[in-house]
Amino acid sequence: MKGRIEDYRDPRLTDQLLRDIHDVAGSASSRTISLMEVCGTHTMAIARYGIRSLLPDNLKLLSGPGCPVCVTPAGYVDTAISLSRNPDVTVVTFGDLMRVPGSDSSLAVAKAAGADIRVAYSPSYALELARNQPERKVVFLAIGFETTSPSLAWTLVQAKESRLSNLSFLCACKLIPPALHALASSDEVKIDGLLCPGHVSTIIGTAPYEQLARQYGIPCVVAGFEPVDVLLSVLLLCRRIARGEAKVDIEYSRSVPKEGNPKALKLLGQVFEPADSAWRGLGTIPDSGLEIRSGLSDHDAKTVFGVDIPLGKDNPACRCGDVLRGVISPPECPLFRTACNPLTPVGACMVSGEGACAAFYKYCELEHKKGTQPHGN
Amino acid sequence: MCLAIPSEVLEIHGDEGTVEWQGTKVYANFSLLDNVSLGDYVLLHAGFAIQKYQPEEAEELMELWRKVSEGAD
Repeated sequence: MKGRIEDYRDPRLTDQLLRDIHDVAGSASSRTISLMEVCGTHTMAIARYGIRSLLPDNLKLLSGPGCPVCVTPAGYVDTAISLSRNPDVTVVTFGDLMRVPGSDSSLAVAKAAGADIRVAYSPSYALELARNQPERKVVFLAIGFETTSPSLAWTLVQAKESRLSNLSFLCACKLIPPALHALASSDEVKIDGLLCPGHVSTIIGTAPYEQLARQYGIPCVVAGFEPVDVLLSVLLLCRRIARGEAKVDIEYSRSVPKEGNPKALKLLGQVFEPADSAWRGLGTIPDSGLEIRSGLSDHDAKTVFGVDIPLGKDNPACRCGDVLRGVISPPECPLFRTACNPLTPVGACMVSGEGACAAFYKYCELEHKKGTQPHGN
Repeated sequence: MCLAIPSEVLEIHGDEGTVEWQGTKVYANFSLLDNVSLGDYVLLHAGFAIQKYQPEEAEELMELWRKVSEGAD
């Protein structure tokens, strides 16, 4: 295959890119350059490859709210657990959500206690289950960003067309651009450039970032996930910042066309409508979520079961919210590596394979050996 | 959670088929894309092909680097 993965991990290229980054950032050494990576897969890639430890001291990478599991409020998990206690209900979920703490428990604990909760790789599994078990009320836990919501939309349309009245969706899908606007307009954290999420962008394209760049003067790069991708994207942002250019670049061009995926976007518009949505750590952001359109309410679990999704309550000592806004780095949370660890996570960011706390737990020794502060104010 | 894997299209039956990634063959739903052909590469996420994937040489990738370095963009 052309474009082998090894090419994106080539030490010769990464070495040259790092030298260029040091040159550009070095010429701005009087100031700190803060870049936010918005995607959890970037967070994990940056930690796994020890990229922070290789960057100049005045260049900071902040982790953003780009992990759907992490930003889903505890109240959603509470509602899902409550539904799973209905003896007629089978809950189907992506595996990432199983161990995320609700206010008092998790889906994993509910399953261990006997609830019928299944983990699925694809939402299409819920269709199969609903067809094969017409006596069960199947509820799919529909969370995710724009990468995932088109497949949920397709599945919902299939349920409607197949008259599968026993399949519904508990929807808490979220949209990335409104969250970026909320972060960019906040004075809490200074963001000089954005590493934009590669796979969300395969769907939404670059138009939302063009608006962000114009409105806030922040350059954006849609980045891939290998070391060369991340370093090249960091270099692009540093150059844009040095020149005072708020432009949008696509580094991950092998996957992201400028227009995104129009077919998926059209489907999203047919099935969902934007609605205010609560994000763990960011609060309620206008029009940042997706609700199932009223014409499809037969498949909306909130309507079918007459439930609402409360905010829920987090452990007051947990600082996932500050981590998700880039205000602190995970080791600055008092629970990190003590009460909160991958075996007994207190906050969602420690549970998810793409959570910033899990990434730091697994890989941050490398950062500390270099004596660098991974990020923070 | 937004992980997507570049995979080669091996079989197409209507809007469904089989794709392969590093020797692993899995079911894929192609409903979110138009004009998927055998031998194409797609990004697979949660069982759905969400975008075409255009394999490129690292040298092509570096073209962007050169443009920016030279201020030619």
